Amino acid sequence: MMDCVEDTNHDPLSAPSAQTPGSADPKLDKKKPNENVCLADNSLLVDISDALSEKEKVKFTVHTKTTLPEFQKSEFIVVRQHEEFVWLHDRYEENEEYAGYIIPPAPPRPDFDASREKLQRLGEGEGALTREEFLKMKEELEDEYLATFKKTVAMHEVFLQRLAAHPVFRNDSHLRVFLEYEQDLCAKPRGRMDLIGGLMRSMTTTTDEIYLGATVRDVNDFFEQETTFLQEYYSHLKEAVAKVARMTTKHKEVADAHIRLSSCITQLATREQPPTERFLTRAAETFDKCRKIEGRMASDQDLKLADTLRYYMRDAHAAKAVLVRRLRCLAAYEAANRNLEKARAKNKDVHAPMEVQEAEQAQADACAKFEQLSARAREELIDFRTRRVAAFKKSLLDLAELEIKHARSQQELFRKSLQVLKECQ
Amino acid sequence: MSEEPDTPPFSTVDINNDNRDDEDLFASAVQEVSLDPEVNGAREGLEKISISDAPPSITTSLSSPIMEEIATERANNIIITITEPQKIGEGMSSYVAYRVLTKTNMPIFSKHDFAVLRRFSDFLGLHEKLTEKYLRSGRIIPPAPEKSIVGTTKLKMTSTPSTESANGSAVAGSMQSQFVERRRAALERFLNRVAQHPVLCIDPDFREFLESDTELPKATSTSALSGAGVLRLFNKVGETVNKITYRMDESDPWFEERSTRIEALEACLRRMYGACEALAAERRELSMRTHDAARACAALSGADPHAPLSRALSHTADLHEKIEHLRLEQSNTDFYVLAEHVKDYLGLIGAIKDVFHERVKVFQNWQHAQMQLTKRRENKAKAELANRPEKIEQAANEIIEWEAKVERGQQEFDTISRVIKKELERWDELRLTELRAALLRYLDEHMKHQAQAIRYWDAFLPEARAIK
Repeated sequence: MMDCVEDTNHDPLSAPSAQTPGSADPKLDKKKPNENVCLADNSLLVDISDALSEKEKVKFTVHTKTTLPEFQKSEFIVVRQHEEFVWLHDRYEENEEYAGYIIPPAPPRPDFDASREKLQRLGEGEGALTREEFLKMKEELEDEYLATFKKTVAMHEVFLQRLAAHPVFRNDSHLRVFLEYEQDLCAKPRGRMDLIGGLMRSMTTTTDEIYLGATVRDVNDFFEQETTFLQEYYSHLKEAVAKVARMTTKHKEVADAHIRLSSCITQLATREQPPTERFLTRAAETFDKCRKIEGRMASDQDLKLADTLRYYMRDAHAAKAVLVRRLRCLAAYEAANRNLEKARAKNKDVHAPMEVQEAEQAQADACAKFEQLSARAREELIDFRTRRVAAFKKSLLDLAELEIKHARSQQELFRKSLQVLKECQ
Repeated sequence: MSEEPDTPPFSTVDINNDNRDDEDLFASAVQEVSLDPEVNGAREGLEKISISDAPPSITTSLSSPIMEEIATERANNIIITITEPQKIGEGMSSYVAYRVLTKTNMPIFSKHDFAVLRRFSDFLGLHEKLTEKYLRSGRIIPPAPEKSIVGTTKLKMTSTPSTESANGSAVAGSMQSQFVERRRAALERFLNRVAQHPVLCIDPDFREFLESDTELPKATSTSALSGAGVLRLFNKVGETVNKITYRMDESDPWFEERSTRIEALEACLRRMYGACEALAAERRELSMRTHDAARACAALSGADPHAPLSRALSHTADLHEKIEHLRLEQSNTDFYVLAEHVKDYLGLIGAIKDVFHERVKVFQNWQHAQMQLTKRRENKAKAELANRPEKIEQAANEIIEWEAKVERGQQEFDTISRVIKKELERWDELRLTELRAALLRYLDEHMKHQAQAIRYWDAFLPEARAIK
């Protein structure tokens, strides 16, 4: 499926010589340095300046500013789709050089199905709602849609920014193509066949993992610990993500339930005498405001807690992938060892034949590769731990602060409306 | 109409003696009504004048409701609380008994406070007795909670005595205790409504219910599965058919306006009840999911090798567990303060509709008598034409008899219309006060919940900061 991509690649790659440091403007006025990425230097800055949702797909406008000499211009803009991000991620995963690195997880597929489904249900149930309620629900859904959209864009942005900030990944030729090449990368959305292929592939990787885990004996304590830790941690994270997400969706529904109540009270108000009517209208307003705060609470919980967990779930998965690659490398190393043994045994009589030499060479290579990979992986995994702790701390702090803020404003709202309501006789 | 509650209005009530439990919902009602005896006296006078205007041939059974009206404007100084629902007996024959505490300084009661043990069917029996006696005269009888076979059976089947459920909101959210608590609150409201009613309060049966130490005779007819229950069901079906088929030509614009308003109000309240219940249910579900999230966080904290982060995560889990309880309480507030109130309100509307229907029945009787009278007159005319004196005489007697019936029917109709007007006005005032109180209480409780949430998160903040 990626063939055509490879083909088209060649022309932009073949002309990287045009070295344009450009106007060499190192001082870039980037407004929002993303939290997840450490922007030590500004030589390659990527952001998604715009995104457009068209029926099934989302088009991201990727904006790059750079001072790196490999790029032709200092600033350029391309339009990319989600599939192209996935393609880029896969290129990194395939590359053996990066086997020891934790590759930033690919952004999740834009998923507006939930919003869309809700909107559809809303359309069907229109008769059961008053006009006012319908409008409010619709507004609420549009907000939700917008939030999802923004989140999707942010995830794609973070992915690119992590790559751009990485000392090794930033120099990858595929990334350069992705950022620079103005045409479509031909990473088509997956058809059904591809999907089945993908399924098969993921199945083989899983069995591969299990097989490797069962057959290859790891001698290193550190990696053994890491493996068990990550496996366990990943499953717990997954569980936590699911539960927290369920909680936040319910919270959203709680907020939505206020709409009906508020409109019922308004309706009730229209049937009453003026003083009571005023009282009830005010009460209905309170419920409406309360709904908004509850809704914000839910979305902040989603943003701060669920999303952090989710991101690190995917990151943990990426870290796990490193360990698998290491195991695979170890298996290759062991195979090389066995080959060498075999070659030696077979050619006992012959003095230093080609075969043994070759095998020795292969074994040495495999060994070096494995050692290198292990060293790299160790660094990356340690880095993963510190990164995770910092991110969790930040999220938890933010969450607590936001929760307090919302609870305060909620309390204030109730206090004020109690005052107003008590006055309005 | 067995006994005439024609006790003189209790003018000696020491109303100025302020109530002890001012927190009560009804306290506001007590305070708002004018307690000046002179004003009441003046009203009495007015009432009497209007009564003397009425045709003198009122039968005794009719005069009493009008006499009762005298007391209408007065609030009763009585507060009833129900506590300690306890299961008595085991298996299918077991039942829940409630402790009914009464505090009052009304002189018709022999003591100031007293308590009795009553079971649910006793309450229903009381309701039935009151309905029998007063519905026909146009009184709005506060509705008693419905009988729920499923709930009761479940309760009977559980072997653990659920006595702790009286105010234990956090009792593992068990359905049983919820059921009992709901019923307890509903029964309490029922009794207090009756107690606040000027006429129903002084009814001997009601007093006996509150005061008598002996067990009340078991009200067999209230059992949902008994023969009487089935009979009642048939009666109900008959009444419903009657309600649907018979349309009365409304002559009184007041009633016409009121009944359309009540209908509209009912529709609106039904929706509102649905909305409240939905909110409470969503929040309960949220609480459950928060519990799940807390558990998942706890598991995650166990798997985290980084000690400070692990600690913080386990605090997150604890926090969410606390929030789970908080949300359950919020849900209870949604339910008990708002939804139950709206449901009560609906019940009262049902009672009002019953009263309206009663009026229609009276009207029907009157119309029937009118028709019979016309028929008899025709008979007499026929007999006169045929010149048969013995028949003429018989017809004349019948005419006199039916004329009296028509007159009685008309009076009855007038009286019931008047009583209903009075009752509805009283109710209108009461319901608005109650609605206001319920909404205010709802907001107040939710404000407290938010304050609690702030405290929880505030306590968590340093834990999050401690991560290194």
